Amino acid sequence: VTLAAVILAVLLALACVAIVARPFLREPEPDNDRLAELPAAERERLLLLEERDRALAALKELEFDHRTGKVSDEDYRELVGPLRRQAAEALRALDPDPRREEPSARREDVHA
Amino acid sequence: MPELGRAALVVAFGLLLYAAVAGAVAAVRGRRRLLESARNALFAAFGAVVVAAIVLLAALADNDFSLTYVADHTSIELPLGYTLAAFWSGQEGSLLLWLLVLTGMGAAAVALNGRLTRDVLPWTVPILGAVASFFAFLLVVVASPFATAAAPADGAGLNPSLQNPYMMAHPPLLYLGFVGLTIPFAFAMAALASKRMDERWIIATRRWTLASWTFLGFAILLGAKWAYEEVGWGGWYAWDPVENAALMPWLVATAFLHSVMVQEKKNMLRVWNVVLVAGAFALSLFGTFLTRSGVINSIHSFTQSSIGAWFLAFIAVVVAVSVALILVRLPLLRSPTRLESLVSREAAFLYNNLFLVALALTILWGVVFPLVSEAVRGVALTVGAPYYNFFAIAFGLPLVLLMGIGPLVAWRRASLRALGRSLVWPAGVALVAGVVLALVGARSNPAALVGYTFAAFVLAAIVLEFVRGTRARRAIAGESWPAAFAGLVGRNRRRYGGYVVHAAIVVLLIGAAGIGGFGTTSEAKLAPGQTIRAGDYALTYLASGERRGANAVEARAQFSVERGDDDLGIVSAGRNRYLAEQQVSNEVAIRSDWLRAEDRFVIVNQFNADGSVSVKTLVNPLVNFIWLGGLLFVLGSIVTMWPDAREQRRLARQAAAFGYTPA
Repeated sequence: VTLAAVILAVLLALACVAIVARPFLREPEPDNDRLAELPAAERERLLLLEERDRALAALKELEFDHRTGKVSDEDYRELVGPLRRQAAEALRALDPDPRREEPSARREDVHA
Repeated sequence: MPELGRAALVVAFGLLLYAAVAGAVAAVRGRRRLLESARNALFAAFGAVVVAAIVLLAALADNDFSLTYVADHTSIELPLGYTLAAFWSGQEGSLLLWLLVLTGMGAAAVALNGRLTRDVLPWTVPILGAVASFFAFLLVVVASPFATAAAPADGAGLNPSLQNPYMMAHPPLLYLGFVGLTIPFAFAMAALASKRMDERWIIATRRWTLASWTFLGFAILLGAKWAYEEVGWGGWYAWDPVENAALMPWLVATAFLHSVMVQEKKNMLRVWNVVLVAGAFALSLFGTFLTRSGVINSIHSFTQSSIGAWFLAFIAVVVAVSVALILVRLPLLRSPTRLESLVSREAAFLYNNLFLVALALTILWGVVFPLVSEAVRGVALTVGAPYYNFFAIAFGLPLVLLMGIGPLVAWRRASLRALGRSLVWPAGVALVAGVVLALVGARSNPAALVGYTFAAFVLAAIVLEFVRGTRARRAIAGESWPAAFAGLVGRNRRRYGGYVVHAAIVVLLIGAAGIGGFGTTSEAKLAPGQTIRAGDYALTYLASGERRGANAVEARAQFSVERGDDDLGIVSAGRNRYLAEQQVSNEVAIRSDWLRAEDRFVIVNQFNADGSVSVKTLVNPLVNFIWLGGLLFVLGSIVTMWPDAREQRRLARQAAAFGYTPA
């Protein structure tokens, strides 16, 4: 066992201990040591946002498939109504007050 | 300095155990500082493993034969490149590479996704810590690369088969693929444990999964190129258990990459997706077990060891925990959406998944059957190429067909009339291609003819998709054709990059069907001046001789090659006798003719005492399409992984709404 190896090993171990202990050394007595969690209402809103994005993306996809000929005019007419309703429901569920919507962001999603 | 290497591994093991235990306690009790400390332990463990890796590399470069690992895998005469590549040529070094990549990728994934998945992270850290602890444990207790003994005057050298440039890249890429599958596994299991079944774990791991899948696929092809050039039997894939070990997780990961799109678009297949993620990870562990345990005879398996039992136990734990977690969270995973039609894009993805998973399970059965038969009947029966070829064709051809049909079908539901209209052009092209190929002689191999017809169908469907997409975009945005094409691909990178990958698979299939269906082979014992014929070629044996190479005696026979009246030059093939290793390897001659899209392949099996040579020569048509397919595969994968500005904006908006910053 060489002395240099021992010294380097001890330095490595000390450095690692310091890194691991850092959160406790930096905040010995924190005001709040709880993990930040999304409240249930926010989690629900996150799911609604995903639902909204999915509904808008589905509409966009349908438009594109119609233009490229994958969806016939007949199929398009049948499918577009329910998808629009679904998107509207997702938007309503997300924000029942239409004045608080973010129309610019959604316009980009639909027409991009 | 082996003591430093040993100490670094012990420190890493301690840190990873701490990350696993402290992380789990932090997640259960909701302790912020404890979680930060566990996360820091994961970062520090990566640093400690880097130190251990540097120590091993330095010992290899110094030819420090006091380390058993260095003495067993290198020699004084071994060229430096291969000496350094010996890092992953043995079991202990390979495990260290696993741990290095795992801690590095784990630390990077946690650091980059810390905010996006902040309420999933408390469980991601301990899961990554637990997986890495297993490998650290093996390195500290079972298979240390820093074991020492009295230094011999010279090392045993490196297995000659590994002294090939492709072997310098194949194992690291393979491990990047295997290990990378740990990241989606850790995030998926963490999402289950923390009951956060929204799409953030998918977003966080999307590129990690794609990158791992790309590395794994490219590594499989590099391994095939190595086998083609080095093993010297004239083929490229032999359904060897170790080759299959990499193919199985790749197939399951391929299924996941398709089915996850159904979850993103339709919120369906949520249970199926976590099953696939867990399955791909478990199969990557199983692949490492096959490669490293030595339980199965393989041309690629370079070790016989005692780590097999540990690996099996760990795989059992991973499977048991994953199954238990999925079952417990089943109510949360149930999808509110149902399949609307059997003729739809999502249905096509579902069929593709069934064929991919069926193929993976069939291969798995072929791999484990010898083990099962030995355990039950005491006789290790082997499963040969005909078994695998049958299922590869039975499941592979429908998969190829689906690659062509899937993109032409609309999401939700498509009428058969609309689908029929979309299929007219690709089907027409396929029909013409099939008839022409049959007329020029391809009907001698019906399976290959069907394969080529399907390939033409898929390529035509892909071209049609690009053309129709560009035309539609041009109509919407009023752009020029090039601008519309660039916009189309730029705004849908995953879709159109995916089509390039589909084209790559088809190109690869063309090569595989060519070499498998239309290759010619001749064998003979030739005296100087005698000629052997293969296909259109005549090979005349001229003379043979020996010379001393860097670390081997190289025996070579020279042959002149002619086609008709054309003199195509001289080729040399023979064998290398490695001095330190006391082993012999075939050194084949390969001449690629790019215009005729074929390889001439010469193997000298024996130099006889009477001056004759036993020679085998092959003409491998279209084989280079396999390698071309590999390059196209990487190109397509890069397109799919390229950051999407619109997606980033969407995440930024979502992140802003929830008071965090996306990665």
